[in-house]
Amino acid sequence: MSPRHIPIDLGNYHRRKTWNRVAFFLTAVCATLVLSSLFFILGYLWVNGISSVNWNFFTKLPKPVGEAGGGMANALVGSAELLALAAVFGLPVGVLAGVYLSEFGRNRFGDLVRYMTDILNGVPSIVIGIFAYALFVLPMKRFSALSGGAALGIMMIPITVRTTEEFLKLVPDSVREASYALGVPRWKTVLFIILPTAQRGILTGILLAFARVAGETAPLLFTAFGNRYWGRSLLAPVSSLPVMIYTYAVSPYEDWHRQAWAAGLVLLTWVFLLGLLARTVLRKPASA
Amino acid sequence: MKHIRKFLSVLAALGIAVAPLTAGDTITLNGAGATFPYPIYSKWFDLYHEKHADVEINYQSIGSGGGIKQITAKTVDFGATDGPMTNAEIFAVDGKILHIPTVLGAVVVGYNLPTLSGKLNISGTVLANIFLGKVKSWSDASLKALNPDVNLPELPIVVVHRSDGSGTTYCFSDYLSAVSGEWKSKVGTGKSLNWPVGLGGKGNEGVAGTLKQTAGGIGYVELAYAEQNKIPYMSIRNKAGKFIVPTLEGVSAAAASVNMPADFRVSIVNADGDASYPISTFTWLLVYEKTGGKRGEILHDFLLWMLDEGQKAAPVLGYAPLPASVAAKVRETAEKVR
Amino acid sequence: MSAPVAEISPTKTPAPPSRERAGVAFAPPGKWGDRLFLGVTFSFSAGIILLAAGIGFSLWSNSALARKAFGFRFLIDQVWDPVAGNFGALTFLFGTLLTSFLALLIAVPLGVGAALFLSELAPRRISDLLAFLTELLAAVPSVIYGLLGIFVLVPLVRRFLEPVLGKTLGFLPFFRGPQYGIGFLAAGLVLSIMVIPFIISVSREILLSVPPLLREAALALGATRWEVATTVALPYARSGIMGAIFLALARALGETMAVTMVIGNTPILTASLFSPGYTMASVLANEFSEASGDLYLHALVEIALVLFAVTLIINAGAQLLVWGVQRKKR
Repeated sequence: MSPRHIPIDLGNYHRRKTWNRVAFFLTAVCATLVLSSLFFILGYLWVNGISSVNWNFFTKLPKPVGEAGGGMANALVGSAELLALAAVFGLPVGVLAGVYLSEFGRNRFGDLVRYMTDILNGVPSIVIGIFAYALFVLPMKRFSALSGGAALGIMMIPITVRTTEEFLKLVPDSVREASYALGVPRWKTVLFIILPTAQRGILTGILLAFARVAGETAPLLFTAFGNRYWGRSLLAPVSSLPVMIYTYAVSPYEDWHRQAWAAGLVLLTWVFLLGLLARTVLRKPASA
Repeated sequence: MKHIRKFLSVLAALGIAVAPLTAGDTITLNGAGATFPYPIYSKWFDLYHEKHADVEINYQSIGSGGGIKQITAKTVDFGATDGPMTNAEIFAVDGKILHIPTVLGAVVVGYNLPTLSGKLNISGTVLANIFLGKVKSWSDASLKALNPDVNLPELPIVVVHRSDGSGTTYCFSDYLSAVSGEWKSKVGTGKSLNWPVGLGGKGNEGVAGTLKQTAGGIGYVELAYAEQNKIPYMSIRNKAGKFIVPTLEGVSAAAASVNMPADFRVSIVNADGDASYPISTFTWLLVYEKTGGKRGEILHDFLLWMLDEGQKAAPVLGYAPLPASVAAKVRETAEKVR
Repeated sequence: MSAPVAEISPTKTPAPPSRERAGVAFAPPGKWGDRLFLGVTFSFSAGIILLAAGIGFSLWSNSALARKAFGFRFLIDQVWDPVAGNFGALTFLFGTLLTSFLALLIAVPLGVGAALFLSELAPRRISDLLAFLTELLAAVPSVIYGLLGIFVLVPLVRRFLEPVLGKTLGFLPFFRGPQYGIGFLAAGLVLSIMVIPFIISVSREILLSVPPLLREAALALGATRWEVATTVALPYARSGIMGAIFLALARALGETMAVTMVIGNTPILTASLFSPGYTMASVLANEFSEASGDLYLHALVEIALVLFAVTLIINAGAQLLVWGVQRKKR
């Protein structure tokens, strides 16, 4: 019995098969291109920066213009100071507003707050810088760490709000009901039961917010300004890593370029560590 | 709450780590402005800090326009500019502001022609035409006529200028306005201009940086920047018809040829005299006559130091010190600053 | 405005149950504590609204002089002449739109392609890992892109990309003119690398959320995986991907440092991508701290206002799209 062939257009079938392969090969090329740019950035910074990441870099102040040597100790401390200030300004607003949205915000006002948060998230960082200049620098008549911290703090708010809300919402309602059943009032329930349950998620949001603002340059140009020395007071201008990278990179001095690469490497490492930390915090199985 | 608590303690530790730096009696003066004298200023402030360990003078080179704006807004203790403030700008200031000349400098016309060796000559008119966009190629006849012995390449000219409000731009455009009627009517003199052509770089650093990266580039930078960055620059034909290589002597000669007004706001571009380099300028610190308090005293002390000790550091970094007669006059004014 | 008032005293006028947290009706009374707690969190939320409105207001009031002097002409005038006190934003608006458009032109095909690879072909674990790596790419600070832009990308563009484009496509007005390296093309390239991660991660999420049933049905009908991707997954995810593109656009429009470092900072209106240009964000970074004269300053703030308004519109568009997706899912 000879087999009867069902008339399939094998040519067409093969064409489709081949196109399937070619098309997916192309998407793989896309993915490779994008990811290789990441490795290129990492590799290039490493090659150009690592030799200058040394003891001097972390401990010395910058030298006068055009003289070789010196370091960025003041910028490192300044960046830390700015981030701490940003946390003071931004986190309470972010977390508490997030609590409001999750616990009380199922109404029009809540929707408005959510919408405004999204708007705030989309405001270009340079515009935030101008806002902070008008709000703090002009009235106080000085560039200051405080105004820089405020600008960064404003930028931290949207991420913190949204992640806090999302993670609080993930806490099952049964937990709340159990607490109410034991006679715990609502505010205590939220503060001592719901928030601790969601703390991992909230912390992740906070870390991501830090990662976002740690590398911001534009809002600091007219607020924290720059300082060749230590920023000795919250009301004095302060140097920061991203601004240093900018000024050093556009300068014509070889030695400053060298230090800009080093600073870039340090900054990138710091931002990536924050990102990795955020991820591991979230991943760890809940133990508490 | 364990994580949150841990996190807060990290924040607190950060705060404590930063805290000791905020203690102590050190006074920081903040200044901002011209990038033109940035190398000498940062050297001065460094030297002054070595002598007075409790005084730190932080200078940010954001451009002359920035210096004027920030001192007017009183966000800094002193400003710096290479283009004198206009009457309108002075009028807008609340308080009496003084121009204190510090050093003199030359704006040089740098270029990037990798294949070229030897010096280039240029005249004011041709320079204006290049910056007006009328002369577009390095092999243009007008350039060849000025440089008969040089083999100029067939390369398009890339104009590089300042993108920020700049005293260097002021001086340079002041010169072009003095030598070219067309420049004066079309573009004019100012710290920020409506440029007919070219790339913008931020600060003297930015222009020098862009120039170094761009073959066929021509741009104006302060002499010290050109020297430090080994950017070749042109000889310019002065009012007396001589081609002058920018040197400190040429600058001093230009300064000697003009009369100093009482408020020190004077332009010395296109000066008379055989040896005068035509794109020269004073550069000024802007201070309030009455700053008050400890800061006023420090400013007073610094200015006197600058007129004495400080002047000695100038030639090394490519700036001409103030002529003795000018320095004496400036001292009288500086004595008043408190 | 009635909603917040009702919320402040929930015991008296409880919100409709469907919009309220479960079991709240049974929450034990902790009157003062509850009120205080609600009051505090409410005021912080209101603070966000004030903040967003405050930014808009401060930009509006600080640009009054320029708005009065130039009116609508500000948007269509290409003169930027601080000497004569004549200001128009057209060249900056043009630069911002052109560089962002260029960035999307490169980033959208690459990003969606990569997202298709991650969602349709790569095994889940690898896909997750790669997605994490793209998120790292998104976290690279702007100033570092600028640093690499100046020292790596610009020389490459000048030496290779622009000569090649000039030779092959030089008959088009886009690829003519002197080749500086610095300019629209370099800025567009840098921006595209910066926004790709957004497009990839959002598109991947949405593609992965396509119901397996739909894919399986198509596969059962004999479709190849690519046909499944293009005829089932992509149409399903279309509006979500559009939302991702809008978000990427919003980011590209407001990007400051990286662009400032490679665009050449020259206000020009031209078709040539080789030409240097200027964007709204970079003119602010360059000139804001030193604009002397009130009119100049107000003109700059008005640019900030325009930039704010443009990103607002783009964000609203993205919002609408995302809401559309969510509604469809419900």
